[in-house]
Amino acid sequence: MASSLPESLVELCNLTFGYGERVILDDISLSVPRGKVTALMGASGGGKTTVLRLIGGQNRAQSGELLFDGQDVTLMDQQQLYAARRRMGMLFQFGALFADLSVFENVAFPLREHTGLPEALIRDIVLMKLNAVGLRGARDLMPSEVSGGMARRIALARAIALDPELVMYDEPFSGLDPISLGTAARLIRHLNDSMGLTSIFVSHELEQTFAIADHVIILANGKIATEGTPAQVRESADPLVYQYVHALPDGPVQFHYPGPTVEEDFGSALKSASRHAGAAS
Amino acid sequence: MSWYKPSDVGLATREKLADLGYGARLFIRLLASLVSSFRRFGLVRDQIHFLGNYSLAIIAISGLFVGFVFGLQGYYTLLRFGSTEALGQLVTFTLVRELGPVVTALLFAGRAGTSLTAEIGLMKAGEQISVMEMMAVDPVQRILAPRFWAGVITMPLLAAVFSAMGVIGGWVVGVLMIGVDGGAFWSQIQGSVDVWKDVGNGIVKSIVFGFTVTFVALLQGFKAQPTPEGVASATTRTVVVASLAVLGLDFILTALMFTT
Repeated sequence: MASSLPESLVELCNLTFGYGERVILDDISLSVPRGKVTALMGASGGGKTTVLRLIGGQNRAQSGELLFDGQDVTLMDQQQLYAARRRMGMLFQFGALFADLSVFENVAFPLREHTGLPEALIRDIVLMKLNAVGLRGARDLMPSEVSGGMARRIALARAIALDPELVMYDEPFSGLDPISLGTAARLIRHLNDSMGLTSIFVSHELEQTFAIADHVIILANGKIATEGTPAQVRESADPLVYQYVHALPDGPVQFHYPGPTVEEDFGSALKSASRHAGAAS
Repeated sequence: MSWYKPSDVGLATREKLADLGYGARLFIRLLASLVSSFRRFGLVRDQIHFLGNYSLAIIAISGLFVGFVFGLQGYYTLLRFGSTEALGQLVTFTLVRELGPVVTALLFAGRAGTSLTAEIGLMKAGEQISVMEMMAVDPVQRILAPRFWAGVITMPLLAAVFSAMGVIGGWVVGVLMIGVDGGAFWSQIQGSVDVWKDVGNGIVKSIVFGFTVTFVALLQGFKAQPTPEGVASATTRTVVVASLAVLGLDFILTALMFTT
């Protein structure tokens, strides 16, 4: 298709999506460069995960185009969608391992479902994928026996089992200790470069994200607040981006939930006391 | 309490119709999965093993006790008419035609049905259904269909166990404990119970209940809200809806099968 730039694998053009009256994404356009690691950031509830779900075709946009390698995902029927999804891997926030299958069988699952490979070859592929995430030794454990960080790495091995072109990570860093977090970040970078993938990940974590991403997109209020290299984003003059990147409690995103004023609630006598409380928090 | 607006009625009706349509479409998809499910029979076999194992003990024990009660109640009722030798016939007719299929279906709904609903609901809450869809694997085919056919196959087997245990229970109480003539007990059964009309119709009933209970359990699990509360209320709905459906269908089936 003429509209797709050769260097971007995924492209959103004037995409609008919402649940009922609530608009999550408002006419946004963005592109995910091929072969690069793209980070998707923004405040909670800002539609980051929704972007991943839209790319995977789990939700359908109300208007606009969403091109995956030149084909519009929003127009695909189930069969075309399933064909496109076989070229994508998705890592869910908590891994979403199949609880009744062992680690080995979890990684083998997409291979068994989609290929008629002989058992010996499946074994080799599974162990190679597990080796890539450092968990070849954990093959016989059950999902209930592994930690949160390990579960995500196993899910990552499963997501790359069919050698996808695009890997999407939904908050791969949330709830991880610093060691697992560093491991996960390096893994995203390493897999992207060694397997020739295109990666897109949703994150709240600033330091590691800026360290590994080639391209950063910050979403706010259903729009793109800024995008560019980590250095460009860090330098952004946009007050909202500044607040986000510097983790400030107050700014365009306010600390206080909208409501009656302090005076209305407590009367003018308590004004100075409440100002104290506000400063303390 | 305010009056309902016409739009509320319209909305409620539309939601009910949409629910009904969703359920009907899922049912048709499950029926259509017959060939593909049996092509991968390993998945169905595992579920039969699982569901059957789950319910076998409760079904067998319940059947035995229902048989005990029928032996006792039946004996004293028949005693008034002086025809206690018909006890075997009474126990067997009641079990094979009615109680076997119905009580088995109710117990199956409570034991295996709820576990199916909870399992599917928790898979949904844990994003295991979503992850499967993202792997281009249809969860209806991979998760629901094997469980559906396993339930359909398991139900008549369990109902047969229930009825057999019930007859044994009736024999224990009637013959061994009260002293009804054993020969009369068995020959009355042999002489009056028809393989096609009685046993056959009972099996047909329990197959229908197998479709009903398993489908209700899977539907409730599959459309459950993916939260702990959602899974809990879906599990409750499975028991309520499946039980009512079984009792209602039983009346219709009895009217079709056993009236002349």
